[in-house]
Amino acid sequence: MSTATVNPGSASTWDRVRSFTPPPRYYPILATLALFIGLFGLGGMRYEGFSDPQVLLSLLIDNAFLIVLGVGMTFVILTGGIDLSVGSVVALSTMIAAKTLQMGWSPYASITAVLLTGTVLGLLMGLLIHYFDIQPFIATLAGLFLARGLTYLISVESISISDDTFTQLAFKTVYIGEYYIRWTAIIALATVAIAAFVLARTRFGRTVYAIGGSESSAMLMGLRVAFTKVGVYVISGFCAALAGLLFSLYILSGNSLHAIGMELDAIAAVVIGGTLLTGGRGYVVGSLLGVMVLGIIKTLISFDGTLSSYWIRIITGLLLLAFVVVQRFATRRRS
Amino acid sequence: MTQMTTPPEVVAPPEGERSPVIEMRDISITFGAVRALDRVSLRLFPGEVHALMGENGAGKSTLIKALTGVYTIDAGEVIVEGEPHEFHSPAASQEAGISTVYQEVNLVPNLTVAENMMLGREPRRFGAISVRDMNRRARRTLLHLGVDIDPRSTLDEHPIAIQQLVAIARAVDVEAKVLILDEPTSSLDADEVEKLFTVMRRLRDEGVAIVFVSHFLDQIYEIADRMTILRNGKLVEERMVAQTTQLELVRSMIGRELETLDRLDCEAPKTDAETGVPVLKAIGLGRKNSLEATDLELFEGEVVGIAGLLGSGRTELARLLFGADTADTGELTFRSERRKLRSPRHAIDRKVAFSSEDRKAEGVVGDLTVADNMLLALQASRGWLRPIPQAMRTQLVDDYIAALDIRPADPHALMRNLSGGNQQKVLLARWLITQPEILILDEPTRGIDIGAKAQIQAKVAELAAQGLSVVFISAELEEVLRLSDRLVVMRDRRKIDERVNADVSVRDVLEIIAGEAHPEPQAEPQSEGATHV
Repeated sequence: MSTATVNPGSASTWDRVRSFTPPPRYYPILATLALFIGLFGLGGMRYEGFSDPQVLLSLLIDNAFLIVLGVGMTFVILTGGIDLSVGSVVALSTMIAAKTLQMGWSPYASITAVLLTGTVLGLLMGLLIHYFDIQPFIATLAGLFLARGLTYLISVESISISDDTFTQLAFKTVYIGEYYIRWTAIIALATVAIAAFVLARTRFGRTVYAIGGSESSAMLMGLRVAFTKVGVYVISGFCAALAGLLFSLYILSGNSLHAIGMELDAIAAVVIGGTLLTGGRGYVVGSLLGVMVLGIIKTLISFDGTLSSYWIRIITGLLLLAFVVVQRFATRRRS
Repeated sequence: MTQMTTPPEVVAPPEGERSPVIEMRDISITFGAVRALDRVSLRLFPGEVHALMGENGAGKSTLIKALTGVYTIDAGEVIVEGEPHEFHSPAASQEAGISTVYQEVNLVPNLTVAENMMLGREPRRFGAISVRDMNRRARRTLLHLGVDIDPRSTLDEHPIAIQQLVAIARAVDVEAKVLILDEPTSSLDADEVEKLFTVMRRLRDEGVAIVFVSHFLDQIYEIADRMTILRNGKLVEERMVAQTTQLELVRSMIGRELETLDRLDCEAPKTDAETGVPVLKAIGLGRKNSLEATDLELFEGEVVGIAGLLGSGRTELARLLFGADTADTGELTFRSERRKLRSPRHAIDRKVAFSSEDRKAEGVVGDLTVADNMLLALQASRGWLRPIPQAMRTQLVDDYIAALDIRPADPHALMRNLSGGNQQKVLLARWLITQPEILILDEPTRGIDIGAKAQIQAKVAELAAQGLSVVFISAELEEVLRLSDRLVVMRDRRKIDERVNADVSVRDVLEIIAGEAHPEPQAEPQSEGATHV
């Protein structure tokens, strides 16, 4: 017994750091991180004022809603599903908030109404997908049209938000030394933290991964497949509503034309963040990084000033393609 | 680690003395009009390995699924330790101490070994899963079973055999009273089976009741203590393994004499095949990383058997002959026409038919009827613009259902409701309907019972006698030897020998495969290299 044991003190910390290789499952997320750092470094070299930490904080502020949307989408994609309705739910949320505030509701009642609507929509889609065995693509496509239609039903005109609580929350800044951040960004980061915990350290979270790996196995292992599968759409619906609130704080209006195609941005961010579209592999922190990569491309192009904004789309498209191809190779080698 | 390692003395529980841990009484289950189980009973005692025997379609899987809560029972009762239970879900059955390991590893490939073992019952601290506790507990359970792997590694890094053991580790981690192993050995090699048996014996000695399903009779006789035999959804009998001869067992499984098998055995191999032009001739056929350049000749009415271990290149060769993979080197000649196969379509045009080893993924269309499945290949070769006339359809389907004794004999039954053996027969019919000149059968009898196996073998022999040329691939050497006129032996992705099948014995083939480097066929280090796919 004693001859076989290795004295743990004999390996120095430096040795352990030096010989550390991350497990392969972290490669995609590390690739995204490297990409982000690379883009940030590129910007820092080329444009004056880009390497200011405030640029990073602004990225968080400007993309807070997309981060929250990406969190919800990560849950769904990890099970192997997809949620196309989130963009429309964001629009519906801004509209419900604007309309109820215009009608004189208290901001808290308004917020509750928004979150409840998103959650219930998610629940309905989840039930449809699981119990009627409808393709997530189709069920959430129906949700997309439904939510967008409801938005028009409430008002075809744009409604601006002038409620004091909302405007205060929207502009209130928190200073960290000489840099500042908005509450919306803090809420987004908190969402990421909670989601990361739920996915990594709760049975619900691990079941999400198990379903993505093999739904029939998960069922035979006696896991709560129905609850979890419906649950991820509820979470996505809730996150979409929360993102809608953050978006309405960002833009201070409700409009039926808001957030058209935003679900695709969210999916792009999740994929660039290293989550496999077939489910089972990926991390919510990756999605955060994915949003940041998309955001920094936008910032780079606006710093440049000479490039047209459509370059954002082209570069996003190319990145997405590159990541999907790389993932394909990674998974093929494994099998 | 003071593990009890006393050898088992009495394996058979004396009737009446000990009470069964599980008793299933008069279980009946009906699917639509099909009565899958008809008043079947099963008793399981602690500390025994109990073999569940029967042909495919006898109701073994149904009985297991009734016990594990996948199917609901129409009549009868399940008594767990003296108390009646009703299982409405796999979770409920697991809670009662019944764990199952299915033929296909039912774990999730993307999570770690430890997570796969603990999913749904992870140790928690302050409401959060404790990864450290989980890994520690997983490691302990694995070591207890004699499996030394890192619980933090991802499951899909390990070969199927290890995954199978992980599945068992998951099953026993809950202090299972009953462990059901549904054909766990069908994809394992001899060493791996031995490893599995060691684990099974250890668990049995600890008092676990193990239900073991396998088509390999030798394995049953090696490991099982008692057995329950089913036939056509009915209970035939419950017997002690030690007091039953193999012949008696087979007889009660299939309920008829083994004429078909015997008849085949006396048939002399044809040696006059090498006359005339070969129907198919391959020269230097090869593909990078898959098969080294291989020559093969196939004459009319001849059965060429391909023998070799898993991963020896036998399936790869079949796929090249059918154009399922494209060859990098070499050429193929069909009668006198030289032809490069870029897709299976080209092979089908030359009247080649191929039945894949993976019937689940590459053959069976579960949601179509038996008739539709049979006519699929014929329809495809006719093109969609020329539907098969109704009368001809009925005629063909009825003929082949009768000829191959497909059960149920209902052309409108859904394919997925058929047992494995009957599905295989439908696939055979699918290709025979196209009236091929060359039939490539890759593992046509894997995982199917002895009765259906004999029928398929008899049919192959009969077809060859009528002039069909057959390439027959099987992991079972006895079967290859029984059927083939000529024998091709493969190892390490190349052909190592070819001989006319006269008085070639299993031992001879094993010696050829083992070669000079491995005089002992059971040489241990060989297995790992040979099984990778």
